[in-house]
Amino acid sequence: MIVDVNVHLSRWPFRRLACDELPKLIEKLHAEGVSQAWVGSFDGIFHKDVDGANARLIADCRKGPPGMLVPFGTVNPTLPDWREDLRRCQEEYDMPGIRLYPTYHGYGPEDPRFTELLGLAKDCDLVVQIVVRLEDVRMQHPLMRVADLDPKPLANALATQPELRVVILDALKTVRGAALNALLAAGQVYVEISMLEGVEGITNLLQHVPVERLLFGSHLPLFLLESALLKLEESELAPAVREAITCGNARRLLDGRGASGK
Amino acid sequence: MEISRQKITRRAVLVGAAQAAVATGMASHARRAPAKELADRHRKYEIWDMHGHLTSPGKTPREKIASLLESADRMGIERVVVFMGYPWSYEPDGDEMRRQNDQVLEAVEHSGGRAYGFVYLNPRHTEACLAEMDRCVRDGPMVGVKLWVAVRCHEQCLDPIVERAVELGIPVLQHTWYKITGNLPGESTADDLAVLAARHPRATFIAAHTGGDWERGIRAIRPFLNVTAEICGGDPTAGFVDMAVRELGAERVMYGSDYSGRSFASQLAKVYGADISEDAKRLVLAGNIKRMLAPVLEAKGGAL
Repeated sequence: MIVDVNVHLSRWPFRRLACDELPKLIEKLHAEGVSQAWVGSFDGIFHKDVDGANARLIADCRKGPPGMLVPFGTVNPTLPDWREDLRRCQEEYDMPGIRLYPTYHGYGPEDPRFTELLGLAKDCDLVVQIVVRLEDVRMQHPLMRVADLDPKPLANALATQPELRVVILDALKTVRGAALNALLAAGQVYVEISMLEGVEGITNLLQHVPVERLLFGSHLPLFLLESALLKLEESELAPAVREAITCGNARRLLDGRGASGK
Repeated sequence: MEISRQKITRRAVLVGAAQAAVATGMASHARRAPAKELADRHRKYEIWDMHGHLTSPGKTPREKIASLLESADRMGIERVVVFMGYPWSYEPDGDEMRRQNDQVLEAVEHSGGRAYGFVYLNPRHTEACLAEMDRCVRDGPMVGVKLWVAVRCHEQCLDPIVERAVELGIPVLQHTWYKITGNLPGESTADDLAVLAARHPRATFIAAHTGGDWERGIRAIRPFLNVTAEICGGDPTAGFVDMAVRELGAERVMYGSDYSGRSFASQLAKVYGADISEDAKRLVLAGNIKRMLAPVLEAKGGAL
């Protein structure tokens, strides 16, 4: 059983993707043994009508097999009345978490609205997923150049909410070493493997990151699911380690039990 | 949009995950582990990797190639092409070229026949380049040329090198990238390689990274049948190999990993995840490299 914590529904604006239609996405997850995917919506990144995107996300998740697609709605704190979007994610849609795109939505970790959002998410007992990047900054479309999220001020912001459960998405290509350690030390912070690179990357990463903080993420459909799956094979992982990364940690995180690793 | 009153509660999610696993036949006891299926899937291809470096663990070229091959074994990669030594040298002079190529020669010598070397050149130093081609290819075991970021490859100073490569019957692998953040001064784009390829129709070129921005890179090399797209070095973005095979034909697409900066996993995924035929995957993962290198390997008495 695999829980993929980093999947998007809907369309990427600059390219059609093999799994950007729901039936194909579900078929792909099923074929590769992914039994649960935490899904956001590309629409939540690019649409100003965030609640419309979140409503479609909920509707699409209900079209999948029971429990397969877990919705993580978007909240954009630069939009008017964003607190209502957060309220709907929690109260009306009963989502277990939200997904944030600070650099795509034009705010930084020091923004007081971000700090407030983290606090409200903590009060609502929501998991918060924060996207560092969606694609390599060197190859972005000229009409959409977006910088990576700076991990240093992010760690400072997360440290203000040490009990908040946070998953940093798409980080491990660029966030390493001291910056990664600072993020993990800021609270209940997890990372996932979609952008982890280097040969035997998981083995190398586990020399610095507690296994309890590591999750399986693919960045499907922008990335190929096979990439994350093969990383499990490229590193020689003990069965218990593999189980923790592929599903155990994610299930505990969603269940609110968190991780004991530091 | 009307919101269904059906709730997706956290408890329902957790219970549902288990139900989904059972309902779809995905429970771990009910189906083979996906990784095992993947292992079976890639070992059958007898993969050749066109793009590796001596950046693996180890203090010497001998130790580094052993480390590289150990990792390659885990992913079913049978043979590798390696070039450039360590540490990186962006604009090597004659002495540095020799030092870097000596490291590769040592690695190849201790690879048990599983690694092939390409001679690393800086075209600014024509005489030194031609001497290295003689030393490492004509009189040595290397089977290709590697050009990186010293000179943009449309420049005339590449001509003697390419002409010598044609005489020796070896391909020229050129790093190519389009960076919207800005290329290095001597860093080539796939457009630059297209200019060079048009000037040398008898030469065989490999567009390493296919320009990074592969949707542009594929288009740039598309008219030039003497250029093969090599897919390594970028993110495992969906659609790369699909478009390359569609636009160039499977015979002009080639797998490489850019070991060890990238993982074998992310780069192999570009091929495994592509919606192309099994025959096409075999060409990309091994067949095209074997066909390209067969003449020079046979001339050197090597076995495919």
